[in-house]
Amino acid sequence: MKAATRLRAGDAVAVSTAGLRARRLRAALSALGVAIAIAALVAVLGVAESSKAELLDQLGRQGNLLTVATGKTFGGDPAPLPATAPAMIRRIPPVRSVTAVGNVEGVTVRRSAAVPSQQTGGITVLAAQPSLVDVLAVPLARGAFLPHPAFPEVVLGDATARILGIGAIDAQTQVYLGGTYFTVVGILAPTPVAPEIDTAALISYDVADELFQLQGRSSRVYLRVDPDQVADVAAVLAFTAAPQDPRSVEVGRPSDLLLARIAAKGAFVGLFLGLGSIALLVAGVGIANIMVISVLERRAEIGLRRALGARRRDVAVQFLLESALLTTAGGVLGVALGCLATAVAAHLAGNPVAIPVVAPIAGLAAALAVGALAGCYPALRAARLPPADALRTP
Amino acid sequence: MTTALELHLVNKIYPPPTTVTALRDVSLVVRTGETVAITGPSGAGKTTLLSILGTLERPTSGAVRIAGTDTTDLSDPDLAGVRAWHLGFVFQQFFLLDHLSVLDNVATGLLYRGVPAATRRARAGEVLERVGLSGRLRHRPAQLSGGERQRVAIARALVGQPAVLLADEPTGNLDSATGQEIAALLAGLGGSTTVVLITHNMEVAATMARQVQLRDGRILDTADAP
Ligand SMILES: Nc1ncnc2c1ncn2[C@@H]1O[C@H](COP(=O)(O)OP(=O)(O)O)[C@@H](O)[C@H]1O
Ligand SMILES: [Mg+2]
Repeated sequence: MKAATRLRAGDAVAVSTAGLRARRLRAALSALGVAIAIAALVAVLGVAESSKAELLDQLGRQGNLLTVATGKTFGGDPAPLPATAPAMIRRIPPVRSVTAVGNVEGVTVRRSAAVPSQQTGGITVLAAQPSLVDVLAVPLARGAFLPHPAFPEVVLGDATARILGIGAIDAQTQVYLGGTYFTVVGILAPTPVAPEIDTAALISYDVADELFQLQGRSSRVYLRVDPDQVADVAAVLAFTAAPQDPRSVEVGRPSDLLLARIAAKGAFVGLFLGLGSIALLVAGVGIANIMVISVLERRAEIGLRRALGARRRDVAVQFLLESALLTTAGGVLGVALGCLATAVAAHLAGNPVAIPVVAPIAGLAAALAVGALAGCYPALRAARLPPADALRTP
Repeated sequence: MTTALELHLVNKIYPPPTTVTALRDVSLVVRTGETVAITGPSGAGKTTLLSILGTLERPTSGAVRIAGTDTTDLSDPDLAGVRAWHLGFVFQQFFLLDHLSVLDNVATGLLYRGVPAATRRARAGEVLERVGLSGRLRHRPAQLSGGERQRVAIARALVGQPAVLLADEPTGNLDSATGQEIAALLAGLGGSTTVVLITHNMEVAATMARQVQLRDGRILDTADAP
């Protein structure tokens, strides 16, 4: 007797899609839950990658930047570096370029003389050399970098400009600095490697010596080094800068700051991925719930299909496929939404759009896995339903 | 005369907590092309008997032979194959799929044989013409009357030209005139198709060549129609 049954793959898919189409709204809503979770996951990965791409890019460029700064003396005041420090550092062979800044003590910056001097807003006044822009590789957001060193001109760090509320500059833009009005000639772009420059008002050494008796002293030296010999130079820097008292100076590698920020971002990404996964889990439970309800409602259909010759396996596949199709549709929608969100976020932050290839693939794989997992139990239940019982459904 | 269906000393005891004995030592032989009505009051075991004849349920003891093959040791896929190729079912509740057209509902009768979709539809169209519904192919079941729905269900059972058609109270949801039409349609299949029909309507039972009475899970007597 001829008795082999088989269900064509194309027919299996058609049966499952028809089953979903018969309950359109319910299918759409439960797929939406998956879509939102997947979109969140893809967006987290994408946004993190886009901003990390920016940081890594900086890290590559800033890895050979070192700083030497004064430590604190017993009194708590920052002692200036020895006057010879910049010149001595410049003599170390792998050092490519050097620039120094000098902390101008006891001088405040305000919008005008009318603002009380207590309101300094945390702005420090630094004497800077023209080479600062090149050594730090920091572009000017506006204007020029101290073009007339003999005149009372000032360049503002990115944060300083915001604190003082100065956006655009013209020949009349001035700030009240240590009892004198200085013309604002430039505003620096943000300097993630040197946060102290962000919050500084930079004036020329000439003016600082003349008005505030700085005497050419430096409080911090920035240097660029042959990238292969960063560690070697760092090891001898303290002694070179202050041979009498090497322990009074602090040597720093600002790119460590970037590394810390990347690590911090990684921690956040982990957190958000965790939250996204929980959202996906909840969506998966929702799918399982919908599928169990579907199996209960469709007992008669299950019985009928068994009577028409469906094997247990065919019934299981039907419900498993329904669940997987549902979450895959949600996954496709979620990946699209997630990529869109990433592009928008990167655009707003001014970062390059960098969606890691794994994000859409992992998103779809996760959706499919959730569908398969969520569909397992309902599919098994449907397959185990004795056909005669299923057909006794009123 | 070859045998289409054979039950030998079949017992069916539903497991606890109910532990109902639905069939007791039922033996029945249905010859190929014969039409048989199984009658009896509610709870007599008619549906259980049909489920066992249709391999939808296994007996607690006893043997079920379909076209000479003992089904006792067949696996689930094998039994599914027997249903797909040899048996057609018609139910009181029609069990049509609401979201499919009349044509696709009937075509579903060939789905689990692995027949390509185009062939399924073509055969469904032919058999729908036979039951007088060729004008209704694109309709949804909800747009049909009860009698028309049962004709669709019969077409679905017949589309694969099964040797045996098993019908459980096919007229139970129909008015008596429509029920008689459906009974006549089924009776007309006799000769080429073996028909076993469950009913507690004597008029419907009379359309079949033979009547078997079931009481409390036992067969009372068998009377061949003249
Ligand atoms: N799945 C089941 N579990 C327990 N008892 C059942 C089950 N199905 C049917 N029965 C019982 O078996 C007996 C026969 O039922 P059934 O075959 O449906 O009778 P009929 O179709 O003649 O009305 C009834 O007493 C019924 O309650
Ligand atoms: Mg019954």
